[in-house]
Amino acid sequence: MSAAVSINAGPRRGWRSAGTWIGAVIVGAALICAIFAPLLVPHDPFAQNLDRRLLVPFWMEGHNPDFILGTDQLGRDYLSRLIWGCRISMLIGVTVTIVSGLIGITIGVLGGFFGGRIDDAVLFAITTRLSIPVVLVALAVVGLLGTSMTLLVLTLGLLLWDRFAVVARSTSMQVRNLDFVAAAWCAGCSRFRVLSREVLPNIASHLVVVATLEVALAILLEATLSFLGLGVPPPLPSWGLMIAEAKDYMFFSPWVIVIPGVALFVLVLGINLLGDGLRDAFGTRSRT
Amino acid sequence: MLQFLFRRLIVAFLVAATVMTLAFILTRLSGDLAISIAGPNATAADIEAVRKAYGLDRPVLEQFFDWVGRAMTGDLGNSYFFQTRVSTLIAERMPVTLTLGLTGLSLALLISIPMGILAAVRENTNFDRAVQMIALIGQAMPSFWLGLLLMIVFGLSLGWLPISGTGSWEHFVMPGVVLAFSAVPALTRLTRAGMIQAMASDYIRTARAKGLSRASILLKHALRNAAIPVVAIAAVQLGFMLGGSIVIEQVFALHGVGFLAWESIAKNDFPVVQAVVLVLAVIYVALTMVSDLLNAVLDPRLRA
Repeated sequence: MSAAVSINAGPRRGWRSAGTWIGAVIVGAALICAIFAPLLVPHDPFAQNLDRRLLVPFWMEGHNPDFILGTDQLGRDYLSRLIWGCRISMLIGVTVTIVSGLIGITIGVLGGFFGGRIDDAVLFAITTRLSIPVVLVALAVVGLLGTSMTLLVLTLGLLLWDRFAVVARSTSMQVRNLDFVAAAWCAGCSRFRVLSREVLPNIASHLVVVATLEVALAILLEATLSFLGLGVPPPLPSWGLMIAEAKDYMFFSPWVIVIPGVALFVLVLGINLLGDGLRDAFGTRSRT
Repeated sequence: MLQFLFRRLIVAFLVAATVMTLAFILTRLSGDLAISIAGPNATAADIEAVRKAYGLDRPVLEQFFDWVGRAMTGDLGNSYFFQTRVSTLIAERMPVTLTLGLTGLSLALLISIPMGILAAVRENTNFDRAVQMIALIGQAMPSFWLGLLLMIVFGLSLGWLPISGTGSWEHFVMPGVVLAFSAVPALTRLTRAGMIQAMASDYIRTARAKGLSRASILLKHALRNAAIPVVAIAAVQLGFMLGGSIVIEQVFALHGVGFLAWESIAKNDFPVVQAVVLVLAVIYVALTMVSDLLNAVLDPRLRA
């Protein structure tokens, strides 16, 4: 065994890149579902029909070919709700990441780049943020102020900036001491210009990796909050909410929770695979 | 060492104070508490009475310092719904949450340390790849969904385990497994990375050159060094688990602190919500301190 064992190298790249491709395909499909949901749904995802409640999906005896994945307890087409739910998951995942990214990157870069007192304050903010139980506080905020998509996105965005801040801080700290930054200072560039033209572009690849993983985390958290009844307001078909609504029927018809759960699992897995692949591609394996 | 401890204590205290302020602001977010407490059918007179009874007619700053002062002495106020002291309520529910958290953490360590070691020893083999796949799956699995699936399979189909409640140790098996599942990916990766790094170091080469057995090298020399970050992170993980157990307690109807918080949010019982946030945050801060201390105790290099 050679002494130089890199965590990054080796034949793992083979399956890793296969994983990356699988992840890319899943994320691509999810994006298409999300963007074109109104065109793709075979039925109205909100239309109730109590005459066709809990129709079984295609792999079971006595299914209805019009409703491939069956219907829920209110007779709404499960496939249509699943596609619409993908739109909601992606929308929340991306918007939460934008909010948390703006906060975390700003805080992290300021701390890492300026150091000293500012960095102490940034470290303190990160420590405090980590000590706050995310699910509990998000539940409390939504419980107090009422359920709405905007509120949910803002709450999660305000709670999930820690990883962005940690990575932005440590990477900009490294970049700060490099020669081209010194050159920019010598050339008389302003602080803002050094930050925006020299530092940010050089830490961007790290931040893209974090952003990917954060989308996955936000989607999982949204589903969790919706499952607990304090996320996306009904009748919107969030996957977490679908699982919560179907819970009472799961012992008789397990597929009602299996279908949205598998969708959630596959999407999050896909995003994480893509994120890991990007990390390898950029060669930015930092400590997680 | 003492100076390091002292600095950590000050930071911990400041964090607790900040969380306290945030927890207080959190419960005032909804605007007028008295209206929420009195309920939708209350008259103006009812609301006024509620406001007086709960001391909400006083200036906000006075309410804040009053709450802080009492919380310092362990008095977290009274629950609006249960009509008992919040500290009593939390103390009653804490054993369930702690049992769940410790069960989850022990299971997670029992699974991830051997898995991480074996994956590191057999780096780049199929076993290593399988372990990494398991870690990825664990990361993507929504814990509430895994809980429901286990309930269907082990509770209903096989009938091996009870699906809700806290009567016996069997009630903690499924929730513990679900909770452990969420911590396994991080702990396994950390063990694996630590072992790979340790195995590549000079002292392992020396140990090999001395002709020590493979088991002795692995367990006595490499694992000791690889375990330091794992043990330290385990303490922090326990903090995350206690905070995250709210979901699992709700799925399995375990009446712990998380369940209490969930009920209280639904009932607008603000003193309880406020107190649970504070207590969980303080426990987390304490555990990160324990983690730092463990690091220092286990790794003499950090003590200098």
